[in-house]
Amino acid sequence: MDISFERHKNCLVVNILGDIDHHFADLVRDRIDNEAVESGAKNIVFDLSKVDFMDSSGIGMIIGRYKYTLNKGGFTAVTGLSVNLKKLMLLSGLYRIIKIYDSVEAAEKAV
Amino acid sequence: MEYDNEMEVSFKAAGENEAFARTVVCAFILGLDPCIRDMNDIKTAVSEAVTNSIIHGYFGSKSGCVRLWCGISKTTVYIEVADDGKGIENIPLAMEPLYTGRPDMERSGLGFTIMQSFMDDVKVESAVGKGTRVFMSKQLGRAEQE
Repeated sequence: MDISFERHKNCLVVNILGDIDHHFADLVRDRIDNEAVESGAKNIVFDLSKVDFMDSSGIGMIIGRYKYTLNKGGFTAVTGLSVNLKKLMLLSGLYRIIKIYDSVEAAEKAV
Repeated sequence: MEYDNEMEVSFKAAGENEAFARTVVCAFILGLDPCIRDMNDIKTAVSEAVTNSIIHGYFGSKSGCVRLWCGISKTTVYIEVADDGKGIENIPLAMEPLYTGRPDMERSGLGFTIMQSFMDDVKVESAVGKGTRVFMSKQLGRAEQE
């Protein structure tokens, strides 16, 4: 399990490697928030192309970051969704508030 | 009911054991040659049930034990996740989409909704102060027919 960040203009790209369950979501939450504050970015893009598994804890974690960017007047987006993650996005209704893009570049263009 | 095969493990109610729980179920049912969709659905449902025991049953205290049982009958997988935690006062309310018993945490309130959507059947029994038992089943192979 690992997490890394890329700062692009007003956009913080969060690269996650591993399974996003309750345990991992708890570990990464503070790291993302600290990086978002430090970078001053008002938009967050999650690159989930290296995430094989996610459950409702991941949904909760992404909604939390969505609220953060909403308060900043920005947005939260996700890219690299597997079939399983897409199913979860549809079931949870998350796709209504979190935009899904085919690539990080496409998400950044939309900023 | 007689099962073709059964297994049971118990583990400390710690977050790091969520991955262990879903992995051990996947390893156990591997002999049935499940498709990836079925495997992912079962992994997700197990993860949700175990997470509930850890954060709701034991309130994240790591003081309790979670029991995971899995049975196989023909091509159907049966799973039980049980704890001796605080129990659920109102089961229909707890199973409502977006309801969370932990508004202090970033919970989506979708745990039971996901279990119900990803499995064929979900039953919940609970007694306040005694614990909760979630029983789920899924017949393998249906996803391929869809």
